[in-house]
Amino acid sequence: MNEVALLIAATIASGTPLALAGLGLLLNEKAGVVNLGAEGMMLVAAIAGFAAAYHGGSQWIGFSAGALAGVAMAAVFGWLVIWLNTNQYATGLALSLFGTGLSAFVGIGYVGKKLAERSTFEVPGLVHLPFLGDAVFRQHPLAYFAMALALGIAWFLYRSPAGLILRSVGEAPESAHALGIEVRGIRLAAVLAGGALCGLAGAFLSLVYAPLWVEGLVSGRGWIALALTTFATWRPARVLAGAYLFGGVTMLQFQLQSEGVQIASQLLTMLPYLATVAVLALISRNPAWIRINMPGALGKPFHPGA
Amino acid sequence: MIDPSRRSWLKASVIIAAALLAAACGKKEEAPAPQAAAPAKAEPLKAAWVYVGPVGDAGWSFAHDLGRKAVEAEYGDKVKTTLVEKVPEGADAERVIRDLAAQGNKIIFATSFGYMEAMFKVAADFPDVRFEHATGYKTAANMRLYDSKFYEPSYMAGVIAGKMTRTNTLGFVGSFPIPEVLRNINAFTLGAQSVNPKIKTKVVWINTWFDPPKESDAAQSLINGGADVLLQNTDSTAVLQTADKNGKFAFGWDSDMSGFAQKAHLASCVANWGGYYKKAIKDVMDNTWKTDRTVWGVKEGMNDLVKVADVVPDDVKKKVDEIKQGMQAGTFEVFTGPIVDNTGKEQLAKDTKADQEWKDKVAFLVKGVEGTIPAK
Repeated sequence: MNEVALLIAATIASGTPLALAGLGLLLNEKAGVVNLGAEGMMLVAAIAGFAAAYHGGSQWIGFSAGALAGVAMAAVFGWLVIWLNTNQYATGLALSLFGTGLSAFVGIGYVGKKLAERSTFEVPGLVHLPFLGDAVFRQHPLAYFAMALALGIAWFLYRSPAGLILRSVGEAPESAHALGIEVRGIRLAAVLAGGALCGLAGAFLSLVYAPLWVEGLVSGRGWIALALTTFATWRPARVLAGAYLFGGVTMLQFQLQSEGVQIASQLLTMLPYLATVAVLALISRNPAWIRINMPGALGKPFHPGA
Repeated sequence: MIDPSRRSWLKASVIIAAALLAAACGKKEEAPAPQAAAPAKAEPLKAAWVYVGPVGDAGWSFAHDLGRKAVEAEYGDKVKTTLVEKVPEGADAERVIRDLAAQGNKIIFATSFGYMEAMFKVAADFPDVRFEHATGYKTAANMRLYDSKFYEPSYMAGVIAGKMTRTNTLGFVGSFPIPEVLRNINAFTLGAQSVNPKIKTKVVWINTWFDPPKESDAAQSLINGGADVLLQNTDSTAVLQTADKNGKFAFGWDSDMSGFAQKAHLASCVANWGGYYKKAIKDVMDNTWKTDRTVWGVKEGMNDLVKVADVVPDDVKKKVDEIKQGMQAGTFEVFTGPIVDNTGKEQLAKDTKADQEWKDKVAFLVKGVEGTIPAK
C-alpha cells in the first residue's frame, strides 16, 4: 500500500473525533453559548460508550450510550447557564473538571478490559480504486458521517429558516426575544445537540480509535475541538478542514520520525493552539472579519424580561 | 418551581458531586483483615507504595501492585500496606510521600523515576523511615534504589522478532530518550540482529509513558512505514492492539498482555517486583536494611519473557530458552562488544562485557536503528 494513502487514511481517522466535537461546539457557539466542558463531556461519553459496548456487545449500543451521556452532561450545563444564568466560562470549566473525575471514577472497573473483535469497514466498490481506496474508503462509518455533518450543518445554519433562528439567538438574543423567539429553548436545543456530538466524538475514541478505556483517554482533544471553532472562524466546512489539519499534524510528525526525520514533537503538539492564537490575533485586528462570523452574543447570558 | 426546593436540590447535587469527586481521588487503604483479638501480636509493619498510573493500567503500576500483593501474601498480618495511585510526578508527589511518612509507614516505595527529588527531600526529614526509589540514581542514608533489567526480556523479544518479521523492519514506540529506554531499543535490535543481520528498527518517540491514542497513532505510523513487529516502552496495551488490528505482531510490556490480542501477541516482557519487595520488607523486619542499589534481572527472577505464542517456531523458542538459561546462570550478557552505534562509532570494544556504569550512561542507538535521539 502506498504510504501517502496510509497517511491520508490515518489523518482522516485522527481528525474525525475533532471534527465531530468541533461541529457540536460550533452549534453551541452559533446559539451564543460557549461550552468549555467539551473535554469532560467527551470523557464521560467515552466511558459510557465503552461500558455500554462492553456489556451490550455492539459498537452501536456504545455510540448511542456515548451520545446520551453527552446529552446528559450538556443538559446539566444548559440548565445552569441558560436558566440559572451562571457564568458560561466558569460553568464549562467546572463541567470539564467534573467530567474528568467522574469518568475516572466510573471507569475504574473498565481499565484493561477488551471489547469484542469487530470487522473493518470498507465502502463497497470504491475501496478497490487505486490510491483513493486505501486513502479514503476504508474508514469507520462515523468518519463519513462527520463529513456529511459538516455539509449538513452548513446548509442548516445558512440556508434553512431554523438555522436563521438559531443564529439570531446567538447574534442578538434580545431582538430575537422581541420577535417572539423562545431564546432559552433554542439555546438549550443547541447545547444538547452539541453534547450529543461531543458524546459521539468521545465514544469514537474509546470504541474505535484506541479502542480501550483508560483514565484521561481524551487527552486534550476537547480543548483542541474548542480551539477549532475559533480557528475555523465559526464556519462548518473550515471546522472539518481544521480537524484534518490538526489530526494530520500528529500523524505526519510520527510518520516523519519513522522515516528518520527529526522534528521536536513538543513543537508540533503546540501547533494547534499556536495556530488558534494566530487566527484570533488576525481576526481581532479586523473588526469586520469578526463581525462576519463570530456570534454577537457569544458567552453572554440572556435574561428574558430583564 | 418554588425557590426553597430548588435551593435544596442544588445543595444535594453539590454534595453528591463532592462525594463523587472525593471517591474518585483514588486513595485506597487495604488492610489484610481486621485484627480484632490479637493483643499479644506486635504492631504490623506499615509499608506504602506510590504509583504514577492507575493500578488497573495493565502495565507498569499494575505490575508494581502485584508486587505489593505478593508482600501481603507472604507476611499476612505482619504488614499493613497502603497504596496511593495516580500521583503526578511533580509537586503533589512530595506531599503524598510526606503524608505517608507522617502516617507512620516505616518503608515507602516510590515507583517512578520522576519521584526522585520529592523522595530525596522527604527522606531528609524522616530519618527513621526507609525510602525506596525505583529506577533513579539518588541515594541517602535512608533512601536506596532498585531497578530491573528490562533490556534482558527486550533482547529475547528481539530474537523472536528477528525470526518473525517478513519485512526485516521492526518498530519501537519509545517514551522518553533516557538511558533505560535506549537500552531496551538497543537490546531489542541486537537480539533481532543476532538471528537476522538484515534487521533495521524504526523508532518513534511520543514523549509520554501513557497516552493510548497517541501510542496507537505512533504504532500505526510505524506499521505504515513497513514495520511488522512492534515493541514499546509505554504502559498501555494500545500498541499491541493496533498491531492486532493491522494483522501485524507485537509484544506485551510490563505485564502479561496475551489476553489483549490473541493474534498479534508474540510474548510479554514482564517484571516481577514482588521478590524485591519481599526482600526489602524483610530487611526492615530484621533490621538489616542499609542503603544500596539493587539491579535485578532474569537471573534474580525480576524480569522474564512470558507467554511465548504458539506461532513462534520451536527452534526459535529453543533459542530463546537457551538465552534465558544463560541469563539465569549469569553467563549471558546482552551488551557484549563489539557494539557499534548508528553513526559508525564503536561504543563497546570486542569481547568486553558492559559494566553497570556503561549501562547507566547509554546515550546512543545501535547500528541498524533508524533515526536519532531527539535533542534534550
